Amino acid sequence: MSENKPESGPTVNPRVTWEGCSVLLDINDGDRLVFARLSAGSTLKIGNKTFSLQPLIGCPFGSLFQVESGKEKPYLSRFIPPTEENNVQDEGGCQLQEESRDNRAIIDNNQAQSLTGDDIDAMRRQGATGNEIVEALIANSATFDKKTQFSQEKYRLKKQKKYAPRVLLRRPFSRSICEAYFKKYPARIGFLRVDTLSLLLSMANVTANSDVLVLDMVGGLVTGAVAERLGGSGSVCNTYLGGTPYPMEIIRMFNFNNEICKRVLRCSVNDLCAVQNETSEQVSQREDVCTMESQSDEKTSLSVSTEEVHLSSKNGFLDLVPENELSTTGKTCKAPKAGEKAPKEAIQSWKENGFSSLIIAAPEQDAWILVKDLLPLLTYSAPFAIYHQYLQPLAKCMHNLQLEKMAIGLQLSEPWLREYQVLPSRTHPCMQMSGSGGYILSGTRAYSNTSQS
Amino acid sequence: MLLMDSSTKISFNRCIRDGDLVIVYERHTMKAVKVCENSVLQNRFGVFKHSDWIGKPFGSKVFSNKGGFVYLLAPTPELWTLVLSHRTQILYIADISFVIMYLEVVPGCLVLESGTGSGSLTTSFARAVSPMGHVYTFDFHEQRAASAREDFERTGISTLVTVGVRDIQGDGFPDQFSGLADSVFLDLPQPWLAIPSARNMLKQDGTLCSFSPCIEQVQRSCETLRSDFTDIRTFEILLRTYEVREWKMDHSKVNDGNSTACPPRKRRQPSSEASVGDNASSSAVMARPSAETRGHTGYLTFARKCVS
Repeated sequence: MSENKPESGPTVNPRVTWEGCSVLLDINDGDRLVFARLSAGSTLKIGNKTFSLQPLIGCPFGSLFQVESGKEKPYLSRFIPPTEENNVQDEGGCQLQEESRDNRAIIDNNQAQSLTGDDIDAMRRQGATGNEIVEALIANSATFDKKTQFSQEKYRLKKQKKYAPRVLLRRPFSRSICEAYFKKYPARIGFLRVDTLSLLLSMANVTANSDVLVLDMVGGLVTGAVAERLGGSGSVCNTYLGGTPYPMEIIRMFNFNNEICKRVLRCSVNDLCAVQNETSEQVSQREDVCTMESQSDEKTSLSVSTEEVHLSSKNGFLDLVPENELSTTGKTCKAPKAGEKAPKEAIQSWKENGFSSLIIAAPEQDAWILVKDLLPLLTYSAPFAIYHQYLQPLAKCMHNLQLEKMAIGLQLSEPWLREYQVLPSRTHPCMQMSGSGGYILSGTRAYSNTSQS
Repeated sequence: MLLMDSSTKISFNRCIRDGDLVIVYERHTMKAVKVCENSVLQNRFGVFKHSDWIGKPFGSKVFSNKGGFVYLLAPTPELWTLVLSHRTQILYIADISFVIMYLEVVPGCLVLESGTGSGSLTTSFARAVSPMGHVYTFDFHEQRAASAREDFERTGISTLVTVGVRDIQGDGFPDQFSGLADSVFLDLPQPWLAIPSARNMLKQDGTLCSFSPCIEQVQRSCETLRSDFTDIRTFEILLRTYEVREWKMDHSKVNDGNSTACPPRKRRQPSSEASVGDNASSSAVMARPSAETRGHTGYLTFARKCVS
């Protein structure tokens, strides 16, 4: 069952890819993560070969692809993993009690494998599949049989990754996007870890029909995550100090439909705080200036992100496939992109009702200075959550909020996340762990007689 | 919860009405109270008349006959988790928020859950799927299911949640949901018994999460998951809180040769030896981790149904 790009209807998480959609490619089980946009011409480089991504169009997210040798050149082909791994585990389970092998006699002198590089190339030319090459390597390894069960599995997996690499087609969602960036380019998202992001969304009570105020200096990740939770209702106001909006390029990876895109609006802090009695003439004059500024900023931010793409593609991590990005955007995106300037009616409505919550993710700024200006824009009893990389600015901010009695229920927290490897007889926490996901200051805006609306 | 419905969401103009659910925030405790024109709230700060509350904005500070005060807050799933009555052990915000994100629950999703327990997580699921989605939650304990239904009425989410009485471990999920669920959440003593049924309920690439306090349960669940699921990952998440205090540090020199760092305002330093500039004191805001913290809640195991 194929689905077209979702223009209509309430479905916000289509499960099948379409031409022009954004995808996250997971190569060799997380070893390498690549964002790409699917089109007839888009490609992916693995090792020293380039593969067309066309076979991926129209496939369900979660599909697995393996490199197959074709008549002319290798290509990506859809592949269902056999449940043999399950059998291996079962056998492993029985044999564990009898496992008597260990590595005392295995000497690592690089002479165990009798197949040479030339032999392997010859096999390839004769049309051997990746899996056949892996089996051949195992058959020609002098030490393979001496290895323990676990060691054999590890060896097989290593060879498979090299000679029969697999590509998993992932849906870009706030979870996968955040994890990919945190793993490869954490500085771009201010070291905001996925559990921290999830806490921001909960603590700020982000839900349908809410009007969320967001100050996002982490590339648009938080704005995108909020928009995802709104699902096409309410609004998210991406605000900024001064006259230049902050870059929001990550939002383009989310595959948002038009309904969601038009709910993501931008407005400067100055405009939000402006006196309501301004004449419409004055307001529109200022708006024109701002629109011009933001248009030129959009151009510069676009060109900046393309440059980044060229730089980072050398490291194997692409934001978007460069040669196709701009052209496909022109063809497929007739609808407004996310991040349009907020219209007067929206600003008016926000001023009359107040925002229902606030999220600040400005990992290099002074939190208190931002909160002082933004908190009064929230309605009373509205929750807020502020993310920072460092503890001190949040401690200071918390203290000031207490002194000024601007908020109640204040809590300064730090999430701790640890992953486990769960395998028969090999269960333990993973060897590697993230040391920090940052800190969050959360609370609720209180009403007092001295508050001004 | 007020925010679900656009006509009742909080705003500068939306004030407390007769019949609203409010969260009464005292200094260190909170409780949920339904506003009733003729009722009163009595606590150690005095007697509070509900009629004084009606017409005030949420977030207001209200006073008792003795001059004490409390705050009245609009309910959110987070506040509800902290005030609801525990019929079973519940999940708290750190686990709840991670589960919602990792299961990729967004508006419109169909979520299956078992057991319902006290409905803490269910309330957050309802928020996440609103307004077009739905949560079907099952518990084998009839009374608990009834209490959960009552709670969902009180918090205004009963249009989004359906509670069923069913033994999921023994009978699996109802066939009517086959292939329709975006996500399944299991909080059961023997989740591996429910995993085959969960598999049938899920769409391709649908997400599953199992919460288990013990590692043996996790191991058994993972074994069962391996046949039809991929991307199996197990996590632990905890939230550490910090206390913040302002310290005034006295910079005057100490004569007795001991350490110059002094606790705030407790010791008076003899300033006879201090020169003019040294009497300046500075204050700093300092943060330290809270002494008490939770050590463990449970392991969260996530998986995706394989695409065929």
